Amino acid sequence: MLHYLLDNSARSLPEHVAVVEPGRATIDYSDLAILSDCVRDRLVHLGVHPGDRVGIYLRKSIDAVAAIFGALKAGAAYVPVDPFAPPARNAYVLKDCSVRTVVIERCFAERLQIEINQLGGTIQNPLLLDDVGGGRFLREALTREQEKNPAPVTQTTLSSPDDLAYILYTSGSTGKPKGVMLSHNNAMSFVNWCSEAFEPNQHDRFSSHAPFHFDLSILDIYVSIKHGATLVLIGEELGKEPLHLASLISQEQISIWYSTPSILSLLAQYGKLEQYRYPCLRIIHFAGEVFPLKHLRALKALLPGRRYFNLYGPTETNVCTYFELPAVIPDEQSKPFPIGKSCSHVETKVVNEDGQLVPEGEKGELCVTGAGVTQGYWNSPERTARSYLEDASGRRWYRTGDIVAVDNDGNYIIVGRRDRMVKKRGYRIELGEIETALYRHPAVKEVAAIALADEENGVRIKAFLSCREDTHPSIIELKSFCSQNLPRYMVPDFFAIREALPKTSTDKIDYQTLKEIA
Amino acid sequence: MGQIGEDIKEFILREFLPGENPHALTDSTPLITEGILDSLATLKLVSFLEERFGIEIGAHETDVEHLNDIASIVNLVCSKE
Repeated sequence: MLHYLLDNSARSLPEHVAVVEPGRATIDYSDLAILSDCVRDRLVHLGVHPGDRVGIYLRKSIDAVAAIFGALKAGAAYVPVDPFAPPARNAYVLKDCSVRTVVIERCFAERLQIEINQLGGTIQNPLLLDDVGGGRFLREALTREQEKNPAPVTQTTLSSPDDLAYILYTSGSTGKPKGVMLSHNNAMSFVNWCSEAFEPNQHDRFSSHAPFHFDLSILDIYVSIKHGATLVLIGEELGKEPLHLASLISQEQISIWYSTPSILSLLAQYGKLEQYRYPCLRIIHFAGEVFPLKHLRALKALLPGRRYFNLYGPTETNVCTYFELPAVIPDEQSKPFPIGKSCSHVETKVVNEDGQLVPEGEKGELCVTGAGVTQGYWNSPERTARSYLEDASGRRWYRTGDIVAVDNDGNYIIVGRRDRMVKKRGYRIELGEIETALYRHPAVKEVAAIALADEENGVRIKAFLSCREDTHPSIIELKSFCSQNLPRYMVPDFFAIREALPKTSTDKIDYQTLKEIA
Repeated sequence: MGQIGEDIKEFILREFLPGENPHALTDSTPLITEGILDSLATLKLVSFLEERFGIEIGAHETDVEHLNDIASIVNLVCSKE
């Protein structure tokens, strides 16, 4: 189980540094295990039972890592939300999975309570931190509570493999995010595959670039902790600034990097990588979207001699295929690299629209089964049923929605999507969720969001609108409205206001025509 | 708005607000806090400023304090010249 990984490393390497906040603080394995035990005791005292959910509403920090392990030790599934996302969205998430309590920074708490009240809910006994950093604020909050209302020492829960470990919310096509339920077994099978594939050890220093509500964080946190390695936390703000990242990778001696291609592209273009040396850096993983070849070539030229892995998998399966890049990218290579072959802990197959295997060489939808595959979506049996195929032997296959082909070497190549989900900077975006948000603007009559993709800029979103009145909102106003109602990465890059949107013969919005004129 | 401000305004309109009425973007329109510029757009803006005005902008200056509206950006550029 995930939380045993921490206690195991705390026994074998108690004084080894487990987590680093660069330039601020570190915590060793022993202290992290003890701090998470205290969180466990407090959560149990607050009424958290095995099988409950606990919200984590904290900026990335040692405090947040300890809170996550504390929730797991109490037998709960943790539900990390993006502290920078609109509070209304986070309130929806925490209410949807009916969290027992939330570990939250004081600066976010009041607004969350207001938003959750508006949804007819409430947050019981939140564990309030004055700030985050170094684990100090979590410790202070626990001490404060302990003085008021002592929590007895409890035992760490002996979880079962199928118990939920965390729920990650991703964009939903109906306009509301959906919760992907991941069990300990789902996560552990992936973590163990990483051990086999990348052979990490206690001397490794893992980057933690992705936020904790993003599934890239599973590799960072648990593979690092399992091997007694050191996890280097890169905060939300710093993570977007390539100018700071080069010096950080160098100074913190990061050996295993994992992020979306977007940030690596930015590093190659704007990061001034040539100003530093990176003798420890040995593996660069990327996942979440296509890596534009132009920027990948530039990165490999700046950081030669490392192993590069393209990891692929939706949140519902975590990584399920992988591809190691060749040492040298051939000059004649013009297409992005494949997503590769199945990882050993899952099986994959390609099916047609009826769910039947396609003949060899034909393209179809990629489906995944095995230990890594989630049980489904929280509180949404219909959506879950739609997303899986059951084969003759009763095995459930997750339908990724990605249309793939197979190249001459037997590697999968993504050629398209079955639905309206797009990937932008590694984030999953349902175009329908953007449209639902824009329909809430009083002036908007019709809206259609489409994705544009090019080699230079990756995916960008364009929203076409028509308005109720002649005087329409400015583009600045629309962008501002979206940024208050959607996570930043979902705000459309472009807007176009028309008198009316083009229609098909059945009077539906004609997306095909919009794509042509975009 | 002086020439520097006009140049910056033209760049922002062209790159990040195509189709916008130029009068809607003023000296004091909040750019980062209102979601007009995301992190990638901010980098592109910094890159433009460095090239266009022959200045170097430090990593500590690529933030809300220095770049949130055209007036602040003009101040930043002028402080370097």
